[in-house]
Amino acid sequence: MAAEDLPSQFDVVILGTGLTESVIAAACSRVGQSVLHLDRRNYYAGNWASFTFNGLLSWIEQYKNQQEVQITELEQVWRSLIDEGEDAVPLSALDSSISNLEVFCYASEEEEKEEEMKTPLSSFQPVNAETVSEEANGDSTEAHDTVTGDDTTASDAKTPNEEHEVSEPKEDQHTSDISEPSQSQEEKESQLSSSPADPPVEVQKKITYQKLVKEGRRFNIDLVSKLMYSRGALVDLLIKSNVSRYAEFKNIGRILTYRNGKVEQVPCSRADVFASKQLTVVEKRMLMKFLTFCLDFEQHPEEYQDYTEKPFREFLKNKKLTENLQHFILHSIAMVTQHTLTEEGLKATQHFLRCLGRYGNTPFLFPLYGLGEIPQCFCRMCAVFGGIYCLRHSVECLVVDKVSNKVKAVIDTRGQRISCSHFVVEDSYIRDEQRQSTAYRQISRAVLITDRSVLPSESDQQISMVTIPPLESSAPAVRMVELCSSSMTCMPGTYLVHLTCSSSGKAQEDLAPVISQLFHVSTIPGEEPSEGAEERSKPAVLWVMYFNMRDTSALDSSSYSLPSNVHVCTGPDDSLCSDYSIKLAESVFHHILPDEEFCPPAPNPEDIIYDGDGPQAEGPGFDESTNTEADKSLAEEEGNSEPAEMDSVTQQAPLDMTPASEE
Amino acid sequence: MHGRVKVKSTAQQEEEKRKEREKKLKAFVSARDAVLRKRSAGEHDEEALQLTQQLLSSNPDFATLWNYRREVLLQLETSREKDEVQKLYESELHFIEACLKVNPKSYGCWHHRSWVNTRLPQPDWTRELGLCDRCLSLDERNFHCWDYRRVVVKESGVSVEQELQFTDRLIGSNFSNYSSWHYRSTLLPQLHPQPIHSHRVCEEQLLKEYELAHNAFFTDPNDQSAWFYYRWLLGRGVCVCIFNCLCQLCDLPPGSVSDISNEHNLTVHWTEKYTHRDCALYTGEHRERRSVACVCVCGRSELSVEKSSVLQAELQSCNQLLELEPQNKWCLLTIILLMRALDPLGHEKETLAHFQTLKEVDPMRSSYYSDLCSKFLIENTILKMEYAEVRVFSLSNKNLTTLCHLDQLLLVTHINLSSNQLLRLPPQFAMLQCLEVLEADDNAIESLEGLYHLPKLEEVSLRNNQICKLSDLESLASCTKLTRLDLRGNPVHKTANIDSELSQLLPLVTALSL
Repeated sequence: MAAEDLPSQFDVVILGTGLTESVIAAACSRVGQSVLHLDRRNYYAGNWASFTFNGLLSWIEQYKNQQEVQITELEQVWRSLIDEGEDAVPLSALDSSISNLEVFCYASEEEEKEEEMKTPLSSFQPVNAETVSEEANGDSTEAHDTVTGDDTTASDAKTPNEEHEVSEPKEDQHTSDISEPSQSQEEKESQLSSSPADPPVEVQKKITYQKLVKEGRRFNIDLVSKLMYSRGALVDLLIKSNVSRYAEFKNIGRILTYRNGKVEQVPCSRADVFASKQLTVVEKRMLMKFLTFCLDFEQHPEEYQDYTEKPFREFLKNKKLTENLQHFILHSIAMVTQHTLTEEGLKATQHFLRCLGRYGNTPFLFPLYGLGEIPQCFCRMCAVFGGIYCLRHSVECLVVDKVSNKVKAVIDTRGQRISCSHFVVEDSYIRDEQRQSTAYRQISRAVLITDRSVLPSESDQQISMVTIPPLESSAPAVRMVELCSSSMTCMPGTYLVHLTCSSSGKAQEDLAPVISQLFHVSTIPGEEPSEGAEERSKPAVLWVMYFNMRDTSALDSSSYSLPSNVHVCTGPDDSLCSDYSIKLAESVFHHILPDEEFCPPAPNPEDIIYDGDGPQAEGPGFDESTNTEADKSLAEEEGNSEPAEMDSVTQQAPLDMTPASEE
Repeated sequence: MHGRVKVKSTAQQEEEKRKEREKKLKAFVSARDAVLRKRSAGEHDEEALQLTQQLLSSNPDFATLWNYRREVLLQLETSREKDEVQKLYESELHFIEACLKVNPKSYGCWHHRSWVNTRLPQPDWTRELGLCDRCLSLDERNFHCWDYRRVVVKESGVSVEQELQFTDRLIGSNFSNYSSWHYRSTLLPQLHPQPIHSHRVCEEQLLKEYELAHNAFFTDPNDQSAWFYYRWLLGRGVCVCIFNCLCQLCDLPPGSVSDISNEHNLTVHWTEKYTHRDCALYTGEHRERRSVACVCVCGRSELSVEKSSVLQAELQSCNQLLELEPQNKWCLLTIILLMRALDPLGHEKETLAHFQTLKEVDPMRSSYYSDLCSKFLIENTILKMEYAEVRVFSLSNKNLTTLCHLDQLLLVTHINLSSNQLLRLPPQFAMLQCLEVLEADDNAIESLEGLYHLPKLEEVSLRNNQICKLSDLESLASCTKLTRLDLRGNPVHKTANIDSELSQLLPLVTALSL
């Protein structure tokens, strides 16, 4: 079938649909390059993806099952496609960028009364939480150089027992779970009923695991948690390229910080300072004065000249700012460390301030339906201009011309040889042999579903960004983003909380102390906060996932031994914004096409002139049928970003090898 | 290049747009003519509504069409059931909303909306309030909407408390919007009236308001909204205007005042309720009728101790801000006003220093500050004079730029205004009916229009001023007792035949220095 055979020649082949790759794809396609954009996964955006709750559960499974993918037999197929005078550079079939994955569930497993489903799903819950985490652990013992859970210590006796559940699809899991653990469940229920009855209101409020699964489609859980500075590189690019029309955004409503055991609002805009109850009027003036100075600090070098070699923190002290203000500015506005130098601190403050007021009272925007939307928006742009998309379709190896030492073609997973003049690839597809070093930085991540905001206020529909300074001097500063349901990332009545920091160890070790400070983490699933008033005031954690993500952002082209027309895109970095990835995309684009403009505005549809010869006239790059198909598939996704249902795209690239045999 | 999207050139686009505009214009003009024809034919039907709707939705500022629409609606109303009328007007409201999206500041739209609401059998005020809030959130200074909102609030009986909360919200989101502060100032006296003066605000609430204003001007001392509101608050609590004076020239019936002595002290009952002031009565010497210049030098209304302590605290707050922002003009000015209200004489030196700073930091308004400073200096001098009960008024070498409160100097016999920067002696100067000696050397006086009919004036010294023309001196002829005039150092002496001209103009002046 023609639809299953890709054209054999492209200007640019791009592997991986993360933000950087997608921006490059859109930029190349926009200026008329023919682009083939592939991803080995069945969903868009790679490590930038957003998942529904159920989608995330399958993602967790996928990582666990990764070792089952065998690649050795396929090698023969592509060997025969390599000519004399060519070298083959194989790519990695395994993604090892995620590690130390742990999942815990604290939501009650109680059955909901009105539920029509007869199956007592209730029981499966607490056990499942255990199994998932343990499954992850179990994996690691078997999957040697993979990743899913490197927690070797946890390979205990229980694992084999639960192994069968692991491999089975979710639905089966429920039923298989029921048998044994129901006992313990009953015990617990009896315990609960023995204690004085909860007021009925609270019972209604309680969110069960079952409910999370049932409402799973309302979640859009990002693997990467980032916000968009309203004058940052990403927003500028979205506007400049008109890609912004494919997405909607919500303002971050407030900036919070954790200080002296309490969550406080950081007054950062003029209106905040005016309304702040915790600052004295003199503090208000000092803060405003300092911030005003930061806005154009370059104009007043005399103010900070003596401190250019000293930390920003000392400069703040010298400015006679109160403790309060120093904390706010250092941790929540500049968001720098104790050791950051003055000038850098001033720049960070300035950037923050310049972003204020463009779209709201904080400098940040968040894309509705999650950050994973953004790479997809760029993919859509690429598709509109003729780019061809195949998910679940990867590249086996690169064909390198021995003389010029340049990639001239790639061989895809179906054994087709596709020639190209440039190859863009995401870092996780690169084998260790092609790397100069395999030591990486890591990002620690935690994703929480909670029942309440960390700082309840008049409006329960605010996105909050929370800065948490290091709890101890050795610990990293943690950045937390609390998303409300109107951000379309979680079900009503819950909050989706993302924690991020640069790793000093495993994600759980880095972040669990912070979580226990800010949230109520029950010891028994479904347990109500204990009597302590303090615990009661904290939001309860219903579900939590920890993992480490590899941070390759420090790598550059010298870190890889690859031909010069192979451009490696490093993954997400640990910063709050995506500027790094956008800048990288721009520089790769300029490497590929030094004389072309980067993402010029797309013309209005009515200004485009169509030749009268019908859709085919413009050649493969502008094949109407491709456009509409890719377009449609992307549009469908927007409504429902569950990876499992992206079939319309994946159909083009069925996993089985039939197209290869057709040749 | 292969695969590139072809885009229309700008010239092509322009041309297309131009054609489209022409087409639109044609359609509009023909529809307009049709509507006007219908109107003059007196047709009031559904079709008229439709046609005007078409026109108004592209141009909502066409007042004639709104008028016609009202005529049609009134006509249709007569032939319909109540339910239908309600529907008719509700759809009208929807239509207006669409028009407001075209132009949110259309006079016609807002007026029509008010009118529709008066015709509506069951108006939905909550929805109207919602509309106002939406409009104000898009443009918080849309005065059409503010006006309309006042109507809605009045009609729907929204409580004053709620409205005050509304201003809280608006001020919270942007305290630079004076519309919200002003609205607040109209609500507060209704909600927290002072026991006696109902147009004022009770003290407890005042303190809260002071705090709100502090928050605003400490956050952004350059924003004038909060300062204006603050000054309004200060003005509510106390009478910042210290001198409350009246001057009346009235005809008294003969015999009511004894002719024997020239001066009387009488108690005068003023129309304002709470003021009883002593005043001196002085018989005038108008030629033809007996008239009495009734002169009142009112005392200043003393601040109550309570109020003083509040003001003192406010002064402290402002001084605190001044320490942080020594260049801030609003702060300086407010401090000056507070000092005046508290103790004008005791703070005189500081006030003058602040005026100096003000002129430096805000040179654009230095003349305003000079005038204000002159006013305060004159007030202070009057005050001192009042205590000393003298009839000599001396303000030499004080950089005065203007003269005011002359109405309070009616009893003064000697004035010394030398070495200032006065440009003129204003017409009000003629009020100084007792003035005998005027010294105004070393100024820049050009005009003497105020030296007019001063019956007791004997001596005028105007050395080193800017009197240029003989005509400038004409008014002096009306001062019948003037015998000594010093005009040395004025450009007027260059005039030809000045001596003879002058002696002709002022025959009574015996000692003339040129």
